[in-house]
Amino acid sequence: MLQGIQDPWVFLAYLLAIGSAILCVVYGFANWNKGDEPVKPEDVKWAKEEKEEVEEPLTPR
Amino acid sequence: MDIFTLSVLIVYLLATGYLGYQGYRQTKTATDYLVAGRNANPVVMALSYGATFISTSAIVGFGGVAANFGMGLLWLTFLNIFVGIFIAFVFLGNPTRRMGHHLDAHTFPELMGKRFNSRFIQIACALIIFCFMPLYAMAVIIGGAEFIGPIFHITYNAALYIFALLVAAYVIAGGLKGVMLTDALQGAIMLVGMIILLAVTYVILGGFAPAHQALTDLGAQVPKPLAAIGHQGWTSMPAFGWAAAGATGADASRYNLWWIMVSTIVMGVGIGVLAQPQLIVRFMTVKSKQSLNRGVAAGGLFILFMTGVAFIVGALSNVYFAKHETISCRIVDEAALLDPGADGKAKLSLVAADAPAEIKARAKTFIAYRMPGDAEDQPLRYVLKTPAASLTRGVDNAPDTIKPGLIAIARSITLGTPMQGNSDTIIPSYVNSAFPKWFGVLFLMTLLSAAMSTLSSQFHTMGTAIGRDVFETLTGGHSSRSVLITRLGIVVGIIAAITLGKAVRGNIIALATAIFFGLCAASFLPAFLGGLFWKRMTRAAAIASIAVGFLSSGLWSIFVNGKTAAGLGLCKSLIGRDTILTPAFSPTWAVVDPLLVALPLAALTAVLVSLLTKPMNPDHVRYCFGGPKPEAKAG
Repeated sequence: MLQGIQDPWVFLAYLLAIGSAILCVVYGFANWNKGDEPVKPEDVKWAKEEKEEVEEPLTPR
Repeated sequence: MDIFTLSVLIVYLLATGYLGYQGYRQTKTATDYLVAGRNANPVVMALSYGATFISTSAIVGFGGVAANFGMGLLWLTFLNIFVGIFIAFVFLGNPTRRMGHHLDAHTFPELMGKRFNSRFIQIACALIIFCFMPLYAMAVIIGGAEFIGPIFHITYNAALYIFALLVAAYVIAGGLKGVMLTDALQGAIMLVGMIILLAVTYVILGGFAPAHQALTDLGAQVPKPLAAIGHQGWTSMPAFGWAAAGATGADASRYNLWWIMVSTIVMGVGIGVLAQPQLIVRFMTVKSKQSLNRGVAAGGLFILFMTGVAFIVGALSNVYFAKHETISCRIVDEAALLDPGADGKAKLSLVAADAPAEIKARAKTFIAYRMPGDAEDQPLRYVLKTPAASLTRGVDNAPDTIKPGLIAIARSITLGTPMQGNSDTIIPSYVNSAFPKWFGVLFLMTLLSAAMSTLSSQFHTMGTAIGRDVFETLTGGHSSRSVLITRLGIVVGIIAAITLGKAVRGNIIALATAIFFGLCAASFLPAFLGGLFWKRMTRAAAIASIAVGFLSSGLWSIFVNGKTAAGLGLCKSLIGRDTILTPAFSPTWAVVDPLLVALPLAALTAVLVSLLTKPMNPDHVRYCFGGPKPEAKAG
């Protein structure tokens, strides 16, 4: 009996849920300043088209 | 509804509306940050993603399933975080963003269509999304309606309309744009609500280990029908195994719960998240891999506090209902009779005083009561009466008290539900019963937030599927007509979701969500992953894998999976049996989720057909992976 939980498989799931959240936090902070890229013209073109063709038409004026 | 609830609700809606309006004026959607070449705040980005991912379905629907099946559902929380956040952000996010921008794709079907140079693929993906996403939207709306019904003292149908109306008003006010600040506000409210829910639950139940121990000690109260399919207590996994071919009776169904929990609920949703179109497009709105790296931290924690809390609290609600719940009320009838029908499975109906003796004999005894504030013309409330119940009559105008002593699913049995209960109402009634009024209102905000952010992205995805991916693909470009079709698509999606929600109340939220997630995974995941990472994957392979995934999933649901096949009835009308399984097969096949068969088949098809067909034009493949655009279109 672990912390009142009968089945080790359920306790493992509890631990893995918390463990995977910790993994996310550690990964996020370890790579906080990695992976930055300059914005390419195609990124801006994509974003402008997204605004004009997908977002704006769905927003009431 | 009292003045307090109403005023908090109005302040919340005004705040959401104001932020949406500010976001609209100052144009702070994710896309705006991208246009400006800046990173959106990573916490805001992750909260926004998380709020889209987590809905009332996860909190109310799956929380209720955890109350019924137990804490083993935490395996889904693990997959939600590890697969839905870590793998999705770290491995899929950036390639999706790069390919989406390079190919100028704005929706998931468009990304698939352009990667494989096929309008057919774009239209097929869009039609699957448009036809089946209302099932998921329905689950989200029901999750909200089951909560506001008891709070407002209104019927389920009225709650369904009011909830849909609130969400529609929000969506019309600009919510579809995905203004990040609004999403983040909603994410923050969800976070606060769920943290309080967890902390107070452990406090009420005496602490961490004592709460679990009390839940373990309830093992003897597992209802017989659940024990018969493998339920071994709320802190244990269900019995695992595979029934022998031709097994009948108890031997046939001994392992059903394990397969339902693991193959449908845990794997269907845990893996299916990778192929959710409304989440995939979110990756395209980030600036760089750095945004995703930073978002992982907040995203992982956010999901832990959403589904982790919902499943733990859902399971522990059994201890509260069985040991702690005291209803202060006015008892109207200590022995009201409700009839479960001749087969014991019908919706419970009131037994009239002059009903035949046969009906009175099979009827179940309930306690009928009114809560303070219930009007005389409102329907009475009913709770099952068992030997564990204790009733105290109040003296000198003091309220009467009922201690029902029931586990959560038994507590959900009332007029209008079958004796099986309705797990979708467990979390709402737990919050309403165990917590003070102010928390009920905060939790309502939590659920509204959870529903709005998810529903607006679902409606957006349904609308663009039919307007952009089907109509524009067929007519050759963006126009005012395609915008109209998109808006019509959204209206049709909302109506379909509400209509479905009216038709299928009861133990449906988690199932409907899992069916949609499973269908998306089987149909889209091999083509999506192959498209992103495997240059050798061909157009024919993508078409074949989508077709095999979709059709095998559908055929398995219609002819093999016991629950869906019996519900649809097509197999019975064709061959006279609920499923095509004969005694030569193990009856366990009938509880294996379609995903477990369809996804491997679709993946195998993708690989085999790719290797057997001519590679796609190298120029086109280079283009998809960052190279220059070829002069002429070629496959």
